[in-house]
Amino acid sequence: MPMQPVKFYQTGSFVVGNRLLGEDERSVQADARRTNSLNSGHRACQGCGEALGARYALDAAMRATNGKMIAVNATGCLEVFSTPYPETSWRVPWLHSLFGNAPAVATGVAAALKARGRSDVRVVAQAGDGGTVDIGFGCLSGMFERNDDVLFLCYDNEGYMNTGVQRSSATPPAARTATTEAVGPEPGNAFGQGKNMPLLAVAHEIPYVATATVAELRDLEYKVERAMAVRGARYIHVLVPCPLGWGSASNDTIRLARLAKETGLFPVFEAEHGEITSVSKIRRRQPVEEYLRPQSRYGHLFGSSPRPDIVDRLQAMADRNIRRFGLVDDDTDGSADPGGR
Amino acid sequence: MLRQIEGSRAVAESVALCRPEVVCAYPISPQTHIIEGIGALVKAGTLEHCEFINVESEFAAMSVCIGASAAGARAYTATSSQGLLFMIEAVYNVAGLGLPVVMTLANRAIGAPINIWNDHSDAMAVRDSGWIQLFAETNQEAADLHLQAFRLAEALSMPVMVCMDGFILTHAFEAVEVATQQQVDAFLPAYEPRQVLDPLEPVSIGAMVGPEAFEEVRYLAHVKQLQALDLIPEIAAEFAESFGRRSGGLVTPYRSEDADTVVVALGSVLGTIKDAVDELRDRGERVGVLGVGSFRPFPAAAVRQALHGVTRVVVLEKALAPGAGGILATDVTMACAGVPVSVSAVIAGLGGRPITKASLTRLVEQAAAGALEPLTFLDLDRALVERELARMASRRRSGPTAENVLRDVGIVSARVV
Repeated sequence: MPMQPVKFYQTGSFVVGNRLLGEDERSVQADARRTNSLNSGHRACQGCGEALGARYALDAAMRATNGKMIAVNATGCLEVFSTPYPETSWRVPWLHSLFGNAPAVATGVAAALKARGRSDVRVVAQAGDGGTVDIGFGCLSGMFERNDDVLFLCYDNEGYMNTGVQRSSATPPAARTATTEAVGPEPGNAFGQGKNMPLLAVAHEIPYVATATVAELRDLEYKVERAMAVRGARYIHVLVPCPLGWGSASNDTIRLARLAKETGLFPVFEAEHGEITSVSKIRRRQPVEEYLRPQSRYGHLFGSSPRPDIVDRLQAMADRNIRRFGLVDDDTDGSADPGGR
Repeated sequence: MLRQIEGSRAVAESVALCRPEVVCAYPISPQTHIIEGIGALVKAGTLEHCEFINVESEFAAMSVCIGASAAGARAYTATSSQGLLFMIEAVYNVAGLGLPVVMTLANRAIGAPINIWNDHSDAMAVRDSGWIQLFAETNQEAADLHLQAFRLAEALSMPVMVCMDGFILTHAFEAVEVATQQQVDAFLPAYEPRQVLDPLEPVSIGAMVGPEAFEEVRYLAHVKQLQALDLIPEIAAEFAESFGRRSGGLVTPYRSEDADTVVVALGSVLGTIKDAVDELRDRGERVGVLGVGSFRPFPAAAVRQALHGVTRVVVLEKALAPGAGGILATDVTMACAGVPVSVSAVIAGLGGRPITKASLTRLVEQAAAGALEPLTFLDLDRALVERELARMASRRRSGPTAENVLRDVGIVSARVV
């Protein structure tokens, strides 16, 4: 084989490693001509995963569409922190309507462009997990089912962070939120509930579905670019740690996003027309405890009255993901014993 | 050319003549025939350059219109009753954003109890949403108001709702003159958006507005409604000139010049009221009618002027504000502040209850004799109500009211007095 596949973690830090790449292979963010779709100066918290994900995703979409793109935004953190008018951080045409209707508004924008013969202009809609899996789910399912020409980006921080950290149907079991307090015999969010939105998107058999995290931003850029090369309904679910809601250090955002993937709790994959087409393998498998401990939303599982039984149940969920999605190759070191469990 | 067609069909064809670019709806009776008609015109290629979208809810339907309008397209939807309530968050939103969406509201009662027949509860539920609300008296007016609605909406960059009585108008076949494409093209210029999502000129639309400016933004929405008070008659006059018939306008008086008693109402019931008034006039009674064509903005000055010299005003309305009484009557009372006139509210026709000429005649006679209570429920079956009140008083678990009343009424088809 004449080409040697480039592994981005060759630099030893998982950074994008642009210096190893040719000009045309470098990341969108490495390009001085990038749009800065979500410009600096916005009011996101320090270490906000959503701001990071949105900037990379939209800049990649802008490059893929030669700057011909319209963004629709659901109500939520991203909307609030980006437009404290008269300041706006958006350098793309941007419309916010309501919390639960971003997919339908995006359908309307796409329909208008089609009717007016402007199919060169593309549409991206974005929402947090609440605007996607809960209040926006009906509109999203409708947009998927009709295969409208919209890329929908969900920035999943696993709760209603903008309103003060309440539970959503994307909140994981055992996590403490303001509406699933860490009290009683089953502290935190209940087991056996919640929605797997990426798989629900796959079940709609839309042209393209992917998951990503803000730990692997080059992968996110690739997936957005891939999505924009396709027409019809597309969905990318990006895990975005939230220092406020997760009770984690601002400088741990990337580390936690990586651990979510490396533990198996958040499978990273792509699917086309209802079939899973690729999975990102776990490179160095980690026990879930490594992921849980730095987050105070799981603080009740450790400390003075630890709950190893609950940690075991979360580990079982990660193990199931690993089996189900084939996240670990038998012949890699990824199968290392996860913390002796 | 006059054609004997269904009201919904006349509206569908009139909307299509306005060349909407995005039509999006969710089916609900009695709106269905309108969107079926437009859908067929798009599918057949008669209405070109139009995206017809079947969505999963009314909330999505209005949301699609928001996106389409913000992207520079002429957008239209239609709904009724529960559908309007299901989209109400987006109804307020489109008005707040100042987007010129046009919607037909095929007026229908709101449940519970579920009821598919006509009244004006749905329109009244969104009277403060910031939409212009026009009421059609006939199918001809319903068809014509849509042509005017797009003009008005786009001139002011605000949404317009054309209200037409469900079934009574939507499903009635009568002679309607549907305009020609040439006429409509001359009357309705291409949509020039005041604000648009454009990659060449990126803007942010829908930012949060705090206490520092919210009142001013809302006040400007009020100012636009007041501007509509001038524009609605102007457009109606221009329409009359172009099409050779009168439709729309703020208010329409009928035989009220020297009247002592005037009945004020919205929508198709005006036809029956006029028949009753004609009979009473023949008997020498000095009675008249005032049709309100624009409910929002409410034409207070025009109403006040039209009721000048009148002693008794009867506001007949197909909606009830439980715990308060009349809704239109409140606006009419406000409009007549300081004028020595007595205003009575009459609640009638709820949930499709027929409003007959006989009942109206009795009502107007009663009013003319000064014997009308401030709040009256036309043709209310008092005995039926008393029996349910007695059941509720007699025991705690008296059961669901609607079902009790129905059981009491027994197996009857609609009763026409």
